[in-house]
Amino acid sequence: MKFIDEYRSGDTARKLAGEIARLATRPLKIMEVCGGHTHTIFKYGIEDLLPDSVTMIHGPGCPVCVIPLGRVDDAISIALQSGVVFTTFGDMMRVPGSKTNLLDAKARGADVRMVYSPLDALKIAKKNPDRQIVFLALGFETTSPSTALTVLQAAKDGVENFSVFCNHIMIVPALKALLDSPDLQLDGFVGPGHVSTVIGTRPYDFVVREYGKPVVVSGFEPLDVLQSVYMVVKQTVEGRVEVENQYARCVSRGGNLKALEALSEVFEPRDYFEWRGLGSIAHSGMRLKQKYARFDAERRFDVPGLRIADPKACQCGEILKGVKKPWECKVFGTACTPETPIGSCMVSSEGACAAYYNYGRLSKIAGRAAQT
Amino acid sequence: MTETFTPSPLFQRVERARRRKPNVRDTHVTLAHGSGGKAMHELIEGVFLEYLGNPILDRLEDHAVLEFSRAGGATDRDAPVRLAYATDSYVVTPIFFPGGDIGRLAVNGTVNDLAVSGARPLYLSAGFILEEGFPLEDLRRVLASMRDAAAEAGVQVVTGDTKVVQRGGADKLFINTSGVGVIESPVRLSASGARVGDKVILSGTLGDHGTTIMIARGELELETEIESDTAPLGSLVRDMLDEASRVASLDAVHCLRDPTRGGVATTLNEIALASEVCIEIREDRIPVREEVRGACEILGLEPLYVANEGKLVAIVSAGVADALVARMRQNAYGRDARVIGEVTAEPRGIVALRTGFGGTRIVDMLVGEQLPRIC
Repeated sequence: MKFIDEYRSGDTARKLAGEIARLATRPLKIMEVCGGHTHTIFKYGIEDLLPDSVTMIHGPGCPVCVIPLGRVDDAISIALQSGVVFTTFGDMMRVPGSKTNLLDAKARGADVRMVYSPLDALKIAKKNPDRQIVFLALGFETTSPSTALTVLQAAKDGVENFSVFCNHIMIVPALKALLDSPDLQLDGFVGPGHVSTVIGTRPYDFVVREYGKPVVVSGFEPLDVLQSVYMVVKQTVEGRVEVENQYARCVSRGGNLKALEALSEVFEPRDYFEWRGLGSIAHSGMRLKQKYARFDAERRFDVPGLRIADPKACQCGEILKGVKKPWECKVFGTACTPETPIGSCMVSSEGACAAYYNYGRLSKIAGRAAQT
Repeated sequence: MTETFTPSPLFQRVERARRRKPNVRDTHVTLAHGSGGKAMHELIEGVFLEYLGNPILDRLEDHAVLEFSRAGGATDRDAPVRLAYATDSYVVTPIFFPGGDIGRLAVNGTVNDLAVSGARPLYLSAGFILEEGFPLEDLRRVLASMRDAAAEAGVQVVTGDTKVVQRGGADKLFINTSGVGVIESPVRLSASGARVGDKVILSGTLGDHGTTIMIARGELELETEIESDTAPLGSLVRDMLDEASRVASLDAVHCLRDPTRGGVATTLNEIALASEVCIEIREDRIPVREEVRGACEILGLEPLYVANEGKLVAIVSAGVADALVARMRQNAYGRDARVIGEVTAEPRGIVALRTGFGGTRIVDMLVGEQLPRIC
């Protein structure tokens, strides 16, 4: 595939890895915030190429992983109401609630359908005027603009039987919460790429200004990630602290103004939103503005709305903060596996635990675990 | 591929859990149970075997091998007659797709399950579940395609059954086929036959069928020229066995499988577990059509997990690998055959992939459904 293979060249990777090894003379911990990067790192075995001095910490940027149990329960309760067609992205289907998941709800008779975009859900709504179509919206600023545009379209077309169960979250409050956490030790960030195509690179300035950590916004191909690691390492070696943009082919400093406009038209921040493993984070979630309340599933349907504590055995929080490695969790790979996930980090292929489980058991990391 | 892997406590912990006896906790059947991946294995081993298990079924191969000893006679005639027996049901949607239809699939699928036992497929049964209102015109099209596929594979449909259910009781048309074939040579093929040093041969490009079905559903509004690879593999298997006995012996061929649901990744995992070996494959040697790669990239699918309907994976002695590949390439259904990896000792029971990028990762079985109702 032209234009993609160029970003996957093994030769270039080895050269770049050699450069990183040359520069990284002291131990460095670098967090990739985004689950997409975590996936790339494991899928291509990037950690095998990095020198021992560089450790990647896998951050909380997998939206499926940070959905709390209570919200999944709410989703299932809506899905089970009669007349409802519940739509969501495929990777939400197996995310565990406190007792069950959406795939089970479907087996028990709920009409749960996988869609590729909220616009597909809106299409289903138009085709089935006698049913209530609910779309489970989740994700960072990567996906929230498409939800916003769908709500605007529904409003324009006067669709009455469509609503959104909104779990959209924002990256900047999450980063702040992470940086404020006392047990975090990091030398820099590989910044999210897709989110940044929407919000731009400017919102990360506070990481440099207030916390003194370098940020390199990165693309998703393996060479993108490797080059971004190189750029973070280079900053620390040269004593610079800046926001740099490795993903300039898609990301601008100011972001996508049209998308940002749609977001601020439709959504407003919630006072608090709960993140699995990280707890409640102020102004980190989005909900529909009063003006679009008729499209808000939480206002249209009764939901239990209960806050349910994370399972005790599960150490997702420490793992999402990079304080613990997945294998240091007691249930990793035994009680908690991709087939029967306890913690959300094991559910999505972008979750740190699932990535280790599926891809990483062989790599150098496993060797490192043997030493610790 | 000289460096070795270091097994770690982490690895052993996961392996122990991975080999636990399946414990089916679900209370209902979900689509994941039909995926060809882990959930389906759990259902088969944890539920079906509990009730129906017997020494032949317990082997869990794609076919049963039945041995009958002939009464009387001497010398050669004492050799038991070996029959291969297999069954498969077809529920694919849509029923017509580029490169084939449910009828061609129903013939080739069962023929291939027989062929990979080393048998010459002979006779099929066909059971039809028709939904009320299904156009006869479509039924004729499916049957014509079954007739042509049977002729190509050299089999006959010799018994059948028809049921009609109310509208909504089935989706248009489901087909079940069973088949028998006779294993004429003393070949012994089994998922547990892989040995350290063996080579892994793949007969052609990956993922054509699964990707075709995905696109044929039209949910994605992609337009491509990808076609399903549905094909009978009997002649390819015969060529391979013939070549093996010409250059060495039939014993050089250890295992043949056709990687359908769950893809090559799942098939290789089954072999690695059954044979207690590690299978190492090289990403840069795995052939994937450019269009399939593109479509998988967009859909977030991995070609290694996508279904094939006309490909086979062979585990063979290193000494015969090149000769077999050369012979396979002369067969229309093996033109892109190549060695994609080899069998090593440790770590046992896993499939490892050397990425084109220079790293290594585990290729596990599929967990949930990647895509339901593809065959």
